[in-house]
Amino acid sequence: MDEKLSRKLRILADAAKYDASCSSSGAGGRKADIDGLGSTTASGICHAYTPDGRCVSLLKILLTNYCLFDCAYCVNRRSSNVKRAKFSVDEVVTLTIEFYKRNYIEGLFLSSGIIRSPDYTMEQMLLVAKKLRRDHGFHGYIHLKTIPEASPWLIEEAGLWADRLSINLELPTERSLERLAPEKDGASIEGAMAQMFERIEEAREERRHFSPAGQTTQMIVGADDTTDADVLRKSAKLYGHYAMKRVYYSAFSPIPDSSAILPLKSPPLMRESRLYQADWLLRYYGFQVEEIAESSEQGMLDLDVDPKLAWALKNRHLFPVDVNHAEREMLLRVPGLGARAVDKLVTARRHTTLRLEDVARLTSGLKRAKPFLIAADYHPKAGLDRQNLRERLIEKPQQLSLFA
Amino acid sequence: MSLHRITLKNGADLDGFRRAVRWLMAEELAPQHVVWSLDEAPSLFGDDEFHDAPPVSLPRSVARLIELGVCHSDSERYALLYQLIWRVLNGERDLLEIASDPLVHRIDMMARAVRRDLHKMYAFVRFRRMQGELERFAAWFEPDHFILEAAAPFFIDRFRSLDWTILTPIGSMRWDRRDLTFGPPAQREDAPDEDSFEEGWRGYYESVFNPARVNPNAMRAEMPKKYWRNLPETASIPGLIQTASQRVDAMIEQEATMPSKRTPERALEAMWDQEPKTLDELNAIIAKAGPLVPGATQAVFGEGPKHADIVFVGEQPGDQEDLQGKPFVGPAGKLLAKAMQEVGIDRSKAYLTNAVKHFKFEQRGHRRIHAKPTNGEVKHYRPWLMKELELVRPKLVVALGATALLALTGKSTPISRSRGHAQFGPYRGYITVHPSYLLRLPDEATKREAYEAFLADLRRIHDLAEADPDTGELPLAAE
Repeated sequence: MDEKLSRKLRILADAAKYDASCSSSGAGGRKADIDGLGSTTASGICHAYTPDGRCVSLLKILLTNYCLFDCAYCVNRRSSNVKRAKFSVDEVVTLTIEFYKRNYIEGLFLSSGIIRSPDYTMEQMLLVAKKLRRDHGFHGYIHLKTIPEASPWLIEEAGLWADRLSINLELPTERSLERLAPEKDGASIEGAMAQMFERIEEAREERRHFSPAGQTTQMIVGADDTTDADVLRKSAKLYGHYAMKRVYYSAFSPIPDSSAILPLKSPPLMRESRLYQADWLLRYYGFQVEEIAESSEQGMLDLDVDPKLAWALKNRHLFPVDVNHAEREMLLRVPGLGARAVDKLVTARRHTTLRLEDVARLTSGLKRAKPFLIAADYHPKAGLDRQNLRERLIEKPQQLSLFA
Repeated sequence: MSLHRITLKNGADLDGFRRAVRWLMAEELAPQHVVWSLDEAPSLFGDDEFHDAPPVSLPRSVARLIELGVCHSDSERYALLYQLIWRVLNGERDLLEIASDPLVHRIDMMARAVRRDLHKMYAFVRFRRMQGELERFAAWFEPDHFILEAAAPFFIDRFRSLDWTILTPIGSMRWDRRDLTFGPPAQREDAPDEDSFEEGWRGYYESVFNPARVNPNAMRAEMPKKYWRNLPETASIPGLIQTASQRVDAMIEQEATMPSKRTPERALEAMWDQEPKTLDELNAIIAKAGPLVPGATQAVFGEGPKHADIVFVGEQPGDQEDLQGKPFVGPAGKLLAKAMQEVGIDRSKAYLTNAVKHFKFEQRGHRRIHAKPTNGEVKHYRPWLMKELELVRPKLVVALGATALLALTGKSTPISRSRGHAQFGPYRGYITVHPSYLLRLPDEATKREAYEAFLADLRRIHDLAEADPDTGELPLAAE
C-alpha cells in the first residue's frame, strides 16, 4: 500500500474514532451476485478488537478532517491544530475494496468534516457510496453519516446507497448545543431524523432499499452537565419518535489539542456503561424512563450496581418473584436474569417445575437473582429485607481503565 | 444385551451419524447399548455393521442442533446427540423446550461453542494475496472444532467473485469462483506470509484505538490470545497498551492550545450559501441524481415563466413527455391545454410541472404502460418540488390529482373529499382531478359531466389567481 495513502489513513481513522458506532448489523442477509463482492449478515461481524475493548467491524474513516464547524468537544473543529488530510473518492473506494477482499472489514463507515458547504461534503460522500455500489458491485455494509445541514434531497439519495444512516446529536440539550456546537441546531438535526424515519418506514412497506438497517445516533456523556435521567429521557424520545435502532453513548474522552472550555479528565466509562444498561432496560425489559429516573440519585445512575438491581433494591416489596408462576414482565425485572434467560424459563416451565439448579443452568447472574426469586426448592426468606443487601451485591470493582 | 459399537469418520461425520441413527432407531437400540467411536481412517462401517434404514423424522430445531453438535470436538458428541434423539422420539418431543434439562443444556453449550467458533472464523480469517499475476487469495486459520464444511457457505456468499483458499490443520477448501473443493489438512507455511495491505491495516488498527479507554480484558474476552498468532494487527497490541497512559497524561497536561490559524470568515459565510438559486440550477441537480426507478429516458422538468401566477402540479411524465423531455405534451396534457383555453387561462403564462420527474412504466410488448408512483417515490421527489415552488413563487398552486396532492401536503388524501380551495404551506392552493382521469372515464355522458366540473374548477382557479393576494378578494363578477 502506498506510503502517502497509509499516512492519510492514520490521520483520518484517528479523526473518526470518537464515534462509538461501528456495528454492521440490521441489513439482513444479502449476497453478492456472480460478479459482485460482499454480503451482509443479520447481526454483523466484529473483525478485530482494539485494546480499549472496542470492536472493529467497519473501515471507519472521515473523507476529510478539514472542517468549517467549531464544535468544542471535537478533535476536528476548525480551531484545533491537529494534522489535516483529505482522501480522494477513489482512495476511499480502493481502501474499502482491498480491505474487504482480505476479510478485514464488513464494509465502510464514512463520515466527514464539513468542507466548502454541507451540500458539497454530502455529495462527495455519496460519490464514494455510489461508486462502490455501481462500479464495483459492492454488496457489503455501508454506513453513511448524514449531514443534517445538507439539502433534503441529498438525504433522500443517501438512503438509496447506505445500509444505515446516522446523525449524531452529540449533546442532549439545546442549551449545550448552542454553547458547544455553535454551527449546529437541534431543530434541523431532528428534522433530518424525522425525514429519514419516514422514508425508512415507507421503503420497508414498499420493499424498496432505503437505509434498511435504520438510523442511529450518539450522545456524548460528560462534556456538559446533563444528568443521566435527562440523557435517558432524550433517548426514550429518540427511540419513540424516530425508531432509532441504537442510541450510542460516548464517554467524553480527552482529545489532543483540546478546547479551553471543556473538562480535561478521564472519561466517565462506568457512567457510560450504566447508561447502556439502562438503555437496554428501556428497549428490551419494559421499563419506563421515569422508573429508572426515580431509582437514580438526583438523576444520576448508581455506579456501584446495575440499574435493574438499583431499581429492585428500591422496590423490594414487589419481590420475591416465583420463577414457576410469575408473569414474563415481572421475571424481566429480576436482577441477574437476562431477557433470553427469561424466555427460556417461561418455555421450560410449561413442561417441568423449575428448581434453583435449573435456573442456574440458564443464567450466569444467579448470585444477583437469588435474593429476588422463588424456585420449587428455594425461598430467599428474610434475605431480601437485609439491610446490607446492596453492599453484598456490589460487583467487585473491575479495572475498567487506567484511571478507575 | 450386548453393546453395539458404531465407528464414525473423524471430524463432523453428519452423514455417517445420520445413517447410524436410522439403523439404531429401526433396531430400537437404546443409548445405553451403543458405544460410539471415532476412526482416523475413514471406514463406512463400524464393528457392528449397520444397514440402510428408513429416515427418522425429527423436529427441525433438533435437526439443526445435530448439524451443529456433530461439528464439536468433544469425543462424546455422538453419544450425547443420540441420547437426545432417543428421548425426543420416545415421548419427549418437546425436550428442547426444557433448556434447563442437563442434557439439553450440555448440547446447547456445545452448539454455542460451535457457533462461536464459526463466528470467529468469519471474523478472523485474514486473506493474503498469493504471488502471481492472477488475483488469488489464501488464508491460514486454526479452528477449535470441525467447522470447515459448515463455514464454506459464508465465504462463498461473500467472496463469490474471488479465487480463494482457506488452509487449516483439519483440512482445506478452495473456491475457484465456480466450484468448491475440499483438500487435505495443511500447514501454516502453505499460506503466503505477507500481504501488501497488512501494514496499512495495522496502521488503521493502531489509529482507531483510544488510549483513554484502555481495557485489555474486554479485548481478550472477544479476541482470545489463541487467535493472535494468525492476526497481523495483534503485533501492535503490546505497544499500544504500554504507551496508553503516557499518551493520555500528555493530553491532559497539555494546555488548551490556541488556534494557529485565523478564523476563515469568508469560507464560513460562503458555507451556508449552498442552495440552488435558479430553476436551471435546481434542474441540473435533479438531472444528475437520475431516476429513482430505472428506465426513464430523461428527467422532465417544470416549464413556464419564472414567476408565473399559477403552478399546475401533475403526477409524473408519461410516455410522450419522457421522449420529448417536456411536461404535459401527451393526451392528458392536450386535454388540459384545451380546457385552459376554454376558460381563458393562458397556458404560456402558467408554470406546469409534475410531482415525480421521471417516467415509470411497465413494458408490455412495444408499449410502455404508465405505472403509478408509490408514496415513498413521490416523497423522494418532494424536496425538489418544494424548492421549485420556492423559486417560482406563484400566487396559486393547483394540485391535479391525488399524487400531486400527496406531494404538496406530504399526506395521502382522496381527491373526492378535498376538491376545491386549499392551502399548501405558504401557498394558496386549489385541488382538482388530473386530466387523465377524464380520459379514462368509460361513457360519454359521465365524461362530459366530469369535463364540465373540471372547467368549473379551472374558472375558479383563474379567478383565484387574479384575486388580491392579501385580502383574497376576487375581482368583480367572480363566482
